[in-house]
Amino acid sequence: MIKQHYQSIIVQTICSLLIPFIQLFALYVIFHGHYGPGGGFQGGVLLAVSIILQRLYLGTKIAHPKFPPKLTMAFAAVGLLIYGLAGIIPMAYGASFLDYGSLPLFWVHDAELRALGILIVEIGIGLGVFGTLVLIFDNLVGERW
Amino acid sequence: MIWQIDFWLLVILIITALVALSVHDLLAAVAALAAYSFFVALLFSQMGAIDVAFVEATLGAGISGVLFIVALFLTRRRSED
Repeated sequence: MIKQHYQSIIVQTICSLLIPFIQLFALYVIFHGHYGPGGGFQGGVLLAVSIILQRLYLGTKIAHPKFPPKLTMAFAAVGLLIYGLAGIIPMAYGASFLDYGSLPLFWVHDAELRALGILIVEIGIGLGVFGTLVLIFDNLVGERW
Repeated sequence: MIWQIDFWLLVILIITALVALSVHDLLAAVAALAAYSFFVALLFSQMGAIDVAFVEATLGAGISGVLFIVALFLTRRRSED
């Protein structure tokens, strides 16, 4: 549906300048999410916005080889897998679901282990939301890939 | 808590909601809905719920507008009712 790239040089320059900063801010939001506002969901949405912006101004013919739609499905699946494993592995060690204190990382101690577990879960949520939103956009555009 | 900011944000919120409901051009309705989302985010952050405001600003004003416009390309731009 989005046949060719956008012809205006101003739009192309501004978008290609903007995309790395959007992605950097998304990574900041994911990794800073348990200290301040933000978290995995918002960071994943921002990452998806950067990829969707690239698809909008380049057109799907050029932008699909840069970030293939099959890769977004893999990202969503890997994010869900990280979240599920971080939830289920403590159950194998006798704790309840998503109890980060009993993750089997023996070189970190108690409070640091909980902070690291929150970070792992946030990364999983971020990857899952990122893949799912870009996948919704690709399916809504309705082009064969 | 400054009640003037609350009051005027609420007034602009209701105006953008009425515009999004009543306009016949659906692209303008999508733009008004994005503005509505943005003012909801401002109202949330003014009330101290920064996290909810962040979700509303990224998801409501960012992604959902793009998805609505992509859905508009598949149908007609004017609404009949």
